[in-house]
Amino acid sequence: MSWLRLLRTVSRPAAGGLLLAVLAGVGAAGAGVGLMATAAWLISRAALHPPVLHLMAAIVAVRAFGIGRGVLRYVERLVGHDAALRVLAELRARLFTRLERLAPAGLAAFRRADLVQRLVTDVDAVLDMLTRVLLPYTVTILVGAGSVALVGILSPMAGLALAAGLVVVGLAVPLLQAAAARRSDGRLAPLRGDLAVAAVDLLHGLPDLVAYGAVDAQLDRIGDVDTRLRHAERRSSAAAGTSAAVAAATTGLCVLAGLVAGTVAVRSGTLSGELLAVIVLTPLAVFEAAAGLPAAGQRFAGARSALRRLAEVLAAPPQVSEPAHPVDVPDGPHTLRLESVTAGWTPGRTAVQGIDLVLAPGRRVALVGPSGSGKSTIAALLVRFLDPAAGRVTVDGIDLRRVRPDRVRQLVGYLPEDAYLFDTTIGENLRIGRRDATDAELRAALAKARLADWVDGLPRGLDTLVGEHGMQISGGQRRRLALARALLADFALLILDEPTEHLDDETAAALTRDLLAAAGDRTVLLITHRTDILSDVDEVVSLPDLRPWHNENLVTPRGVTRFVDVTRTS
Amino acid sequence: MKPLDSRLLRYARTTRAYLAVTVALGVALAALIVAQATLLANGITAVFLHGAGLRALTPTLAWLAVIVAGRAAVAWAQEVASARSAAGVKSELRRGLLAHLAALGPSGNTGGYVTLVTRGLDALDAYFARYLPQLVLAALVPAIVLARLLPADLVATATIALTLPLIPVFMVLVGMHTEAANRRQFRLLSRLGHHFLDVVAGLPTLKLFGRARAQVDTIRRVSGEQRRVTMRTLRTAFLSSLVLELLATLSVALVAVGIGLRLVSGHLDLATALLVLILAPEAYLPLRQVGANYHASAEGLAAAEEAFAVLETPLPERGTRPAPAGAIAFADVVVAYPGRADAALRLSATIGPGEVVALTGPSGCGKSTALGVLLGFVSPTSGVVTVGGVPLSLVDPTGWRRQIAWVPQRPQLFAATVRANVTLGATTTDASVRRALADAGAADFVAALPRGLDTELSDDGTGLSAGQRQRIALARAFLRDAPIVLLDEPTANLDAGTAADVMAAIRRLARGRTMIIAAHRPELIALADRVIALAPVGVS
Repeated sequence: MSWLRLLRTVSRPAAGGLLLAVLAGVGAAGAGVGLMATAAWLISRAALHPPVLHLMAAIVAVRAFGIGRGVLRYVERLVGHDAALRVLAELRARLFTRLERLAPAGLAAFRRADLVQRLVTDVDAVLDMLTRVLLPYTVTILVGAGSVALVGILSPMAGLALAAGLVVVGLAVPLLQAAAARRSDGRLAPLRGDLAVAAVDLLHGLPDLVAYGAVDAQLDRIGDVDTRLRHAERRSSAAAGTSAAVAAATTGLCVLAGLVAGTVAVRSGTLSGELLAVIVLTPLAVFEAAAGLPAAGQRFAGARSALRRLAEVLAAPPQVSEPAHPVDVPDGPHTLRLESVTAGWTPGRTAVQGIDLVLAPGRRVALVGPSGSGKSTIAALLVRFLDPAAGRVTVDGIDLRRVRPDRVRQLVGYLPEDAYLFDTTIGENLRIGRRDATDAELRAALAKARLADWVDGLPRGLDTLVGEHGMQISGGQRRRLALARALLADFALLILDEPTEHLDDETAAALTRDLLAAAGDRTVLLITHRTDILSDVDEVVSLPDLRPWHNENLVTPRGVTRFVDVTRTS
Repeated sequence: MKPLDSRLLRYARTTRAYLAVTVALGVALAALIVAQATLLANGITAVFLHGAGLRALTPTLAWLAVIVAGRAAVAWAQEVASARSAAGVKSELRRGLLAHLAALGPSGNTGGYVTLVTRGLDALDAYFARYLPQLVLAALVPAIVLARLLPADLVATATIALTLPLIPVFMVLVGMHTEAANRRQFRLLSRLGHHFLDVVAGLPTLKLFGRARAQVDTIRRVSGEQRRVTMRTLRTAFLSSLVLELLATLSVALVAVGIGLRLVSGHLDLATALLVLILAPEAYLPLRQVGANYHASAEGLAAAEEAFAVLETPLPERGTRPAPAGAIAFADVVVAYPGRADAALRLSATIGPGEVVALTGPSGCGKSTALGVLLGFVSPTSGVVTVGGVPLSLVDPTGWRRQIAWVPQRPQLFAATVRANVTLGATTTDASVRRALADAGAADFVAALPRGLDTELSDDGTGLSAGQRQRIALARAFLRDAPIVLLDEPTANLDAGTAADVMAAIRRLARGRTMIIAAHRPELIALADRVIALAPVGVS
């Protein structure tokens, strides 16, 4: 799908508003041009001392234009923004519907927070595209065409000059600017990157640098990059000036051309003298109306690439498809099995290879291995966020691909390392696990996650807001809250991805024990890197490191190795 | 918000030169506008009323061509000047900021300023390129235009002179009203705007719980609500531009009609009337453009404001005495952080030279804080730390830190070669670096790296495991060969095998040095001559 088609589709519900905005905009800009043209004629005519009555129509018109421009401009901006915001709502809804099918395997964005952020910012680009690019361009093209026609009827030469001038300002100047920006970005981007890395090194590594007396060396390094960046920015400035100069010269040349063409026409008798001022002065008002085009043109490229990225997302094939004839999984104890599974997130790159794994009802299995060995990939396979490239994943012998993905996720729950909390209350976050849960059920789940006392001690209890990404509460509390949510959903199999980031060792160990205890009789797959809790599980499965020169101690030559099999002690 | 922050002139000297250039260019531009208007008015009059032809008009046309060239040159120079000064100002502020943040030291939450230093300051580009020149023009052009009109036509001059000041007055009035309304609605708006990001970021979670599909309706509802609130704000926000356009255009219309009528009655000649008609809109144009560029100013000034807030943070006082030797004594040292009820550390202890001491206690009891106090990163709220009897606050911190090798719990690795990461700027030989790496048990994996010591580590040492990073940091300590070694949970986050290697390295490092280890693993505690148990304080 092209970005233009995407824009057309999502703009349809707001087409009336957009049309009204264009009309008001044409009225406003037209009033500006009309004011100058009428006033120029009025003054020229007045110089011939006619009876005032003959000027009345022009006087009324000038006053009406004077009021009209401001008022119509206000209408244009209001109606235009309202329509654009409606388009934004439509685009968000469509994008979300699509993302819901893609997430998370179909989209690399879900593995990096900054990409999610960009995706959402890209959606906002539709506002820019409509109100700051397409609307001003449409209005200026219409008013420009009208002005060219008006001037052209009086003097074809002057009309031609005006048309050429508008093309230069509206098309050539933005293209010049874009080319200059591309060239300077090419020069500046690597330097900006170097500067960012050096600054991050300094600011994040400040304790290390201060302790080892290396701050000045790092500041010198930043100074070097900074100097190179400043020189490069200065070199780029000349190109930016060129387009400004072209725009300024174009206006002046059009006026000059109007004066020359008009003079010739008046002398040859094809043009009445009182219309000369109209030909010469109208372009001044037209170029004033077109003054915003270079800025609009500059925005165009950015907004277009944002919409292109969205169009790409909307066209991306989902990696997990709904089966045409789903097989139901009957209730009862379930066994999940990975049978020689090979899988990866991007085509051609395998994250896990030839994996065999059995999760029998009630068993507790620990999955260990260094980071990058594919532990989270196995979790994604089990909740059908990802389908295997080879081999199969089964539940009670049924291939997961034949089961509705929603049904799979009713059976298998996944508590990822970075479980997401929404920017709302504790209660609302918990009810994502079970929508109709009573407050008593919420409390019971919180108690199992050892969080009940903390919540009861909060002044607003379950109505406490957790903040953006749950940042208002501590890392341990976030994890426990996410656990309580997973417990509410009552999954038959629970995958627990152990927290390693932002928690100290002891807290993490205590939390992991609590996670296991709270899971009760459920089948549990515990993703971990610690050896001190392995006595709490029935079986340990070790994954090899697939990445070279990164291996620590858990390296095994091939495939999966079972290296411990202890009976649960407690 | 002030349109030009005087601190910009103080902290970024480039600004002064830029302002001078901009004023000069503004005067030139205004003069060119006036000259162009005069030439056009006279030219049109000559052709219309006096029947002049191209030949008679040649000097006028030639001068007009010169003016066109002049205006292009001014536009070019303005653009170049603003781009160059923006680059200069950003560079000045960036260097000043980083140097000041570094001088403030690790206690100053420096990580939060990364965005400001890298992308945040770029907001000044638009401020320098668009807003500041327009502000100068808004002051210069109307004055020069009015000065030209005054001898030509008093009535028109008076009309413009009276209506011009109304624009800023009304804009301020409307602006004050909208600002109050904006503040009321901003919180609501940002929460609604944030909703979509929140739902998309949490989409995998929603999917895990089978809640994703139901969200589409919520998104439509919230987006609709956001539109209604935004439009409520915009209806008043756009009022200021309505007032501006209305006043500017209506004044021009009134002036045009007025001169038309006076022309009819013979009180005015055509050339003057045309001059007024051409110049009247020019007087209002810069003010209108200042309004249009308001956002550029707000963002740029907000970035500058943030930078000034850092630059105006006073630096802590530094001691000047040379680094002493001898026993390290904590006398009733208490560290409390503002906003936290309990102290982060309470400690009284003496550590003799050559002792290996383990600081133990549950997490949050202040083990790392104690090391931070010794490094001078944290100042005690009360109590005093002495070394050989000299209070640490009187000692020159740079000289004192030269006596210390520190291995933090999460060592920072830099985007540089392995060699540079070990030496951290110290001049030394490759042989010493290799020996330090060997002592730290890092020789094998460094040798296995694609380019050995010359391997470039990417940001923050991506590609190395926790244990490898820990051993690089230990190599730093070996290379530094300092009499005092501070270790902060050096085996946390390591599996058993790696931890054993690191322990062996620590044992080698302890020989002949004072060593303080923040530890909770028993095998690490066993390594110490003596244990100092920190009382649990605060909440863990």
